[in-house]
Formats: sequence, C-alpha cells, structure tokens
Amino acid sequence: MSQSVEPAAGEPALRVSDLRTYFPVRSKGLFPKTIGQVKAVDGLSFEVFPGETLGLVGESGCGKSTTGRSVLRLIEPTSGRIEFEGVDVTGLSSKEMVPVRRKAAMIFQDPYNALNPRHTVGAIISAPFAVQGVKPPGGVKAAVQELMERVGLNPEHYNRYPAEFSGGQRQRIGIARAVALRPKFIVCDEPVSALDVSIQAQVINLLRDLQDEFGIAYLFVAHDLAVVRQISNRVAVMYLGQVMELATREDLYARPLHPYTHALLSAIPVPDPRAQKQREHIMLSGDLPSPAAPPTGCVFHTRCFQAQDICAVEKPALVEPTTGHQVACHFPILEFLGTKGILGPDPGLTPQAGGSLTGAAAGSNDLIREIGTDYGVGPDTPIDPGPSIWR
Amino acid sequence: MLALELAVADGPATPVANEVASRSLRQIVWARLRRDKLAMICLLTLIFLYLLAIFAPLICDLLGVDPYSFDKESISDSGGGPVGPWGGISTEHPLGVEWGTGRDIFAQLLYGLRISLLIATTATILTVCFGTVLGIVSGYARGKTDAVIGRIMDLILAFPFLLIILALSGVLTQRLTQLGVPDGNPSRILYLIIVLSIFGWPYLARIVRGQVLSVREREFVESSVAMGASRFRILFKEILPNLWAPILVYATLTLPTYIGTEAALSFLGVGVLPPDTSFGGMLGNSVSYFSVVPSYLFIPGTVLVVLVVTFNLVGDAVRDALDPRAGRV
Repeated sequence: MSQSVEPAAGEPALRVSDLRTYFPVRSKGLFPKTIGQVKAVDGLSFEVFPGETLGLVGESGCGKSTTGRSVLRLIEPTSGRIEFEGVDVTGLSSKEMVPVRRKAAMIFQDPYNALNPRHTVGAIISAPFAVQGVKPPGGVKAAVQELMERVGLNPEHYNRYPAEFSGGQRQRIGIARAVALRPKFIVCDEPVSALDVSIQAQVINLLRDLQDEFGIAYLFVAHDLAVVRQISNRVAVMYLGQVMELATREDLYARPLHPYTHALLSAIPVPDPRAQKQREHIMLSGDLPSPAAPPTGCVFHTRCFQAQDICAVEKPALVEPTTGHQVACHFPILEFLGTKGILGPDPGLTPQAGGSLTGAAAGSNDLIREIGTDYGVGPDTPIDPGPSIWR
Repeated sequence: MLALELAVADGPATPVANEVASRSLRQIVWARLRRDKLAMICLLTLIFLYLLAIFAPLICDLLGVDPYSFDKESISDSGGGPVGPWGGISTEHPLGVEWGTGRDIFAQLLYGLRISLLIATTATILTVCFGTVLGIVSGYARGKTDAVIGRIMDLILAFPFLLIILALSGVLTQRLTQLGVPDGNPSRILYLIIVLSIFGWPYLARIVRGQVLSVREREFVESSVAMGASRFRILFKEILPNLWAPILVYATLTLPTYIGTEAALSFLGVGVLPPDTSFGGMLGNSVSYFSVVPSYLFIPGTVLVVLVVTFNLVGDAVRDALDPRAGRV
C-alpha cells in the first residue's frame, strides 16, 4: 500500500498551471486556413507531489491522454505553465528538454505499439541509458537485467523480441524502460486498460511497489474508476478538457460533489447482482459535445441533471468547499457530505437534490429511467425467471 | 541480407540457450528463404554471375582469351565473318568471335557483365540510399519539408526520363570530364549511374514515406521522444528498422530493371564505347549480323534474360519470406 502523502508536503514533483492545448482545425485546399480550434485541454491546474499518484479520469475524448502528453511536451501545449520540481519547462527548446526528460518518463496504453518490434528487449530497456548518455555502475547490461528482474521478467530473455512476450510482460518491459533512469515523475497513460483483469492487478501492484521504492510521482490517466481507486491518492475528474472535481481518493469516492462524478460512479458495476439491480443509475442524456464548440458556461450543463439557467451562462470556478476537495459546479451535491457510500443504493440522486429543477432536467431523469430499463439494470426491471428448466 | 544485418546489429551476442527461441527478422527470413528451392537456385546463380563478373580478368587469363586483342586467324579474309559454325565457336573461342575483328565473344560477355552489374548495382545502392533518407525525412517531418520533397519527386517523375538521358548525355559526360573523371568510359559509366539513381529514387521515397507515415504514429516513436532521443536516432534507429521489408523488396526488383535500362541505353549509344562493351552494346552490334550469325544476339540475350529473371525471382522470394501472407499474384 502506498503511503498517503500530505498535499502540503514540500515542493511538488509536477505543477501545472492553466494548461491549455488546442488543436487547430484547418480548412481543406491548397492554402489551408485555421478555421477553428479543438479545445482538448482547457485550463487545467494541478500538482503532483513526490511519491503520490494523481488519477485522471473521464470519458473518452475528454482530454485525459492529451493532458498526459502535454505535460511531457510530447504535444506542444498552447499556453500554461509546466514545472518539474520547480523548474519551468514550458519555454525550453527540444535540446534543453533532454536533461529534463531524464526526470520524467511515460508508460503507454498499448503494449503492442509502445515497443519497437525490431529491437530486442535489452535494446529497448537500455535505450534511456543510450539516449541520455548515462553509464550505470556495473555496465548497461547488468543494469538492464537488474531492471528486468525488478519488474518480474526473466533476465535471460534479454535478447528476445517483443513479439515473444505476452501483453502483461510487454507492459512490464515498458515499465522497466520508464523507471530505468529513476525518474521523479511518470505519466501512465491507461497502462492497464489493454490488459486482462487478472494481469491488471499485477501491473498495478508493480507500479505501486516501484513508487514506494523510488518515490516516483504518477499522473495516472485512466477511464476505469475501479483501477484509479486502486492506485490513486488523489483523483481529478475531467470533462471536455476541464477539471470538474479534484479530491483525495477517499473523499471523491465517498462524498462526490459534482453531478458528473455522481454519474460516473453510478456506472461502476457492483459484484452483487441484487445491489446492482437496486442501484439508481444516472444515465447521462445526449452525447459528449464537440470540443471544437464546447457549450457556454459550464461545459457539462447540456447533460447535467442539476442544470439551471445560470449554468448555461456562467462558468463555475473551481472552488474548495472542504479542504483538499475542489469542485467546479454551481450546484454541487452537498447534502451527501459524510452520509453516503458510493456503491450502495443512492436514493439521493434524484433531481430534487439541487433545489428546483428546469423542465429539461426533469425530463432527462425520465429518460434515465427509460434507458436504465433498456439496459436491464433499472430499478423496476422485472426479474427474468430464466429458462423453464430452473423453475 | 546486408541491410537486415544493420537493423539488428546492436545488442551483444545471443546466449546459446536462447538461440532457437529468439530469432531476429533476418534469421526468420533466411530460414524461409532456405526452404524455397527456386529462390536458392536463383540466389546461387546470381552469386555465380557476380563471381564471374568480379573475376572476369582472371577467368579470361585462365582460358587464354581477352576481349581486346584482334584474332585475324579466326575470321575470313574476304568478308571478315567468323570461320566455323555458330559465329566461330572453337576451343580457342568458346562462344565465337566478333565479326570483322575476331575479338573473343566470351571475354566480351564477361567484361560486359562486369560493366552491366557495376552500373546496375551501384545505381541501385544509390537509389536506395537517396530514396530511403528522403522518404524517411519527408514522412517524419511532414509540413513544409514534406511538401518541398514531394514536389521535387513529382517533378522528377514527370520528366520524360529516356529523352532527358539521351539529350543530356553529351553535355553531362563532358562536364564530368571537366570535374576530373577520366574521359571516355569512366565518365560515361558514372553518367549512367547518376541519371539512373536520380530518376529512380522518387519511386522508393514514395513507398518509404507512406510507411513512415504509419510507423511514426506508433507509440514507440513517442516513447523515444519522451526519453529525449535525437531526431537522428528516431529516424534511423527506431523507424528505419521497421522499413527494411519494402526497401529490400524494392531493391531486388529495381536492380534487374536497371540492367535492362542500361542495356537499352547502351543499345541506343549512350552507354560504354568500344572497345569496352556491355550487354546493350553487344546486342546493338548483333543487329547487323543477325540473319547470318544469330548467336551474336542469343548469347548476350540469354545471359541478360537469365540475370533479370533470377533477380526478379529472388526479389519475389524475399518479399514472400518477409510477408508470407501476401502470396504471389
């Protein structure tokens, strides 16, 4: 179990202030013009402290991965400030970035794509040494074999090619490469989402062990809330490139404030089928809006069951109603502070929670029930008696 | 195979215990080629032809023939035609003699093979170098660099290749001579190598560029950037090893085309000058005597066909070995 780190303890390994990454939309033709911008990341601020894991969750296309890549400047951020251990790296040239890259590494989602199929495992894990000109004591080969052993690979497989390993083993190779230079900070871009569930736990345990051993700070990008809950100390919930809620793991999962977080948490399946059936599901209506034309005001208001008139006009600021718990919402669900567990039935998740409701929001709740029934998980779903042979 | 060796050269020697388990691309391809009987026959034929070309002077010495000396004995006094059947085939001249001079055809064939292979091989190597480097840079850089290289390729591909070669040969061989290349055949050979490579690289560069566009999106490239790798390392150590398959196939299929093109150009008079000769030159000479001595055409023609066909078959076999699923069309 990773030790809980107090957010106030010392200098953060990574501090991001008002990070924005926009992708230009260009017109087709001989002389393309920029006709718009996709706001993949729109004003993020967060800190990751040494030895801490900050989970970054959100649905597909909300800018999680872009954030991870922008932080390492694999994608050039449009504006904002990125500091590694107090050093601003935003304006550094790619040459000046080279020493910074020794301190920061990345673990990728797809273990099939993240390793060069034409290089041996030895060459892949030793690449950081070669690139950074680091000569480990005892030689590169010994260092690589030690790393392989540390991540649970057979060091004798030094000369094998990635194709000869399973997905989990390949992810271990990627992890060995990432920790080779003992970085202070690692971006984990959905490192387990391509793996079997049984392997996921092993890889997460490995990541946690390495964190304890080397005091690495993780920015852990994932869409799987259960996985994030496993490894994170603090969790940031993203929607359309913005942070909706940021809190410690315990706080976020036990006392979510933002309606979007409620919706995400209600989507986690529960192992107990009876409890699963009795749970209230919040099905968000509509699709994720285009990040090229995000909604005015609060970006979530088009799908929010709490939304009122002000939400479409004024963007809520990220405030801190309780210590260490930030939320960007005009009508956070405060009634449940300290009263609700996340996985049980949650009768409070009804539209009355945030005061009077607009018709659209009430209507959307009807829709929720309908869709819930369609998925066979609504509260009124009749129990299927099953095949007649069982009766 | 040389090219593939480069790709997997880094990393220390494989421990004996793992030799079977972990095979590099080169080893896999070689194992598949070994199983392909036709490919092995063709490969051996090619090696044999290259050895003949390389050791041509030695072989000619051993057989007591040489391509330059006249032999008045072997041709008739009246018309200058060879004495004896099939263009004067005898123990002294295994493939007959030339009309009018009595020069040995076998020796000419070996020296011609030497020049043809020299031109085609060098031009192929240069084509592969230019095409690979420009293709990788173009595909990885994208944007303005890609646009500039792309337009240059379009320009070269749009040129009427044969006309340009014929039209420029006089001027450019002269210019090469001024630059210090010995007059005559050395500058003409160099000219052929240069024009073949210049007009050949865009085809490979386009193939390579297309491959790079897909390879560069893979995460191992991003991971190299994340660890601070130089542009050079990313292009030539990460991306290039993933491109050997198309490059190798293109090279083995280009070489025979160059042999054919060189023959055509020599036939048209742009190639090497007498007393030296190449396949094209020999075929060109044979035209006047074809009705009387058909062997003048058939001997160099046969060798040319064998050379081109074996190269093509080896190219096909290499492609099949690299990608067994593709199948032959």
